Amino acid sequence: MPQTNTIVLGVIGADVHAVGNKILEMTFSDAGFKVVNLGVMVSQEEFINAAVETDASAILVSSLYGHGEMDCRGLRDQCRESGIGDILLYVGGNLVIGKRTFSPVEALFKEMGFDRVYPPGVMPDVAIADLRKDLGL
Amino acid sequence: MKALLIDFGSTFTKVALANLDPPGLIGTAQAVTTTSTDLLDGLRTALAEFSRGELEGIAVKRACSSAAGGLGIVAIGLVPVLTAKAAREAALGAGARVLATYAYTLTSREIEEIRSLRPDMLLLAGGADGGEQRTILDNAALIAESGLGVPVVYAGNKVAADRAEELLTGRVPRVIVAANVMPEVNVLQTEPARQAIRELYLQEITKAKGLERIQQEVGLAMPTPLAVMRGGELLQRTWKQTVVMVDIGGATTDIHSFGDGKPSAAGVILKGLPEPFVKRTVEGDLGMRLSAASLLHSVGVERLQEQLPFLLENGELQDYVNWISASKDALPRNGRELLIERALAIACIREAIVRHAGRLEEAFTPSGRMWIQQGKDLTRVDLLVGIGGVLAHAGDPFDMLRQALKIEDSLALTPKHPQLYLDRHYLLAAIGLLSDIYPQAAEALLGETLAPSEV
Repeated sequence: MPQTNTIVLGVIGADVHAVGNKILEMTFSDAGFKVVNLGVMVSQEEFINAAVETDASAILVSSLYGHGEMDCRGLRDQCRESGIGDILLYVGGNLVIGKRTFSPVEALFKEMGFDRVYPPGVMPDVAIADLRKDLGL
Repeated sequence: MKALLIDFGSTFTKVALANLDPPGLIGTAQAVTTTSTDLLDGLRTALAEFSRGELEGIAVKRACSSAAGGLGIVAIGLVPVLTAKAAREAALGAGARVLATYAYTLTSREIEEIRSLRPDMLLLAGGADGGEQRTILDNAALIAESGLGVPVVYAGNKVAADRAEELLTGRVPRVIVAANVMPEVNVLQTEPARQAIRELYLQEITKAKGLERIQQEVGLAMPTPLAVMRGGELLQRTWKQTVVMVDIGGATTDIHSFGDGKPSAAGVILKGLPEPFVKRTVEGDLGMRLSAASLLHSVGVERLQEQLPFLLENGELQDYVNWISASKDALPRNGRELLIERALAIACIREAIVRHAGRLEEAFTPSGRMWIQQGKDLTRVDLLVGIGGVLAHAGDPFDMLRQALKIEDSLALTPKHPQLYLDRHYLLAAIGLLSDIYPQAAEALLGETLAPSEV
């Protein structure tokens, strides 16, 4: 796995929530990461293409509209197919609809191949600290 | 002071003679291109149409060429829709024929394919700046080992440039390092690569193709498609309008668009690699002679029948197409064939424009229906210019263009109501040759050659 400080960021699926995405771009850049921000309505393919061209170490997926499970399914396999099977995958936001306890949701997304799963309301600092740790930076 | 502007085409050598001060066209002439002997023979024949007096006082000679196959480039990148596409756009924007585009690490089979395509040049891209570099370095090493003997323009990840140059130097005739065609994800930067390609074309390719004498005697300046493109750029700049140009030839149909092509409607999200402001596409399967058979195959008999006032007889279309594909100078022999010719041209233009223009794709989101745009939105383009013999010699060129623009597909972002023009003297290449050295004269020639349709 490449150990660069480049990360690919975006809001997956047909989701147009742009504000949180901008905040993440700012905070991760300020923390010293090279952020490739793909914005909103990003497909799995776009995440992977950008990660391949930039030799990114992690893909950070946001999903705010409740369809996260559908949109994220298969992303790890697509990464494997594209030769970046070891890349770190983080996901966060309002991943599912309704008031479900977080631990089954976390388990579900980890099962899908994500390394870190964040519930609503987590501050970017938490993810930044995790990323530093996971990358050994 | 006069300027002599020459276009060595694959079929005809076309010459334009113009006054520079005050600017104005003196005349045009053409003769069959003499690739088999000396290109200058054909030029002499064409020049014989001018009087001795007319040929006096020529201060500027400039030429472009698409003879001997033009400038053939193989584009290589990493991800197909990112750096491979960016490399392809850069090569097209330099007036090249893109023989093939490859992505990821080249295989030995692909190296052999490249060898058989006999390109004049390779354009090597891959990786954003500071991004992936293994693939482009592997590809540079593979090209070095292959013995292809073809000059290389490197326009990939800047971090790998020195190493790649080292790998290639001495193993290929020439390496030029240019700035990355995609410095960041979804940022397209084709200009430095376009310039490097032109530099290499002037220094190496003309030598390899035996065009050195042409270069010395008549100032071979660029490949013909680049000259046409520069003519279009001048038109866009001086008339301050967005432009689409349709150039129908025997073997290919070229479309050039000049404009940013951003979405023109609300609720549209632009996706993918941005499009170049000056975009060129070349359709190698759409043409009026050499490519007539593939044109028929691409659009089908039914689409052509729609444009005809009579019912085609069994095999009639195929027979005509077989005949014209076999001979470059075949001309319609009767009224019926004239109409078939017209239908072929309309189909050719329509198909090439649809391929060049962007498309909308429907997307349903919780905030309602949205549209995703790929490619350029040309729906509100101001001007559309038709170029090529089939239009210039037609009785109703504007009606042909209007028919071609009637596209039922509402998701295709093709020009809707542009003002139509015809390049009646076939001067756009000549204008492009003149545009950087005598811009005012070039502008005057634009006004002379572009005939508007009656509104």
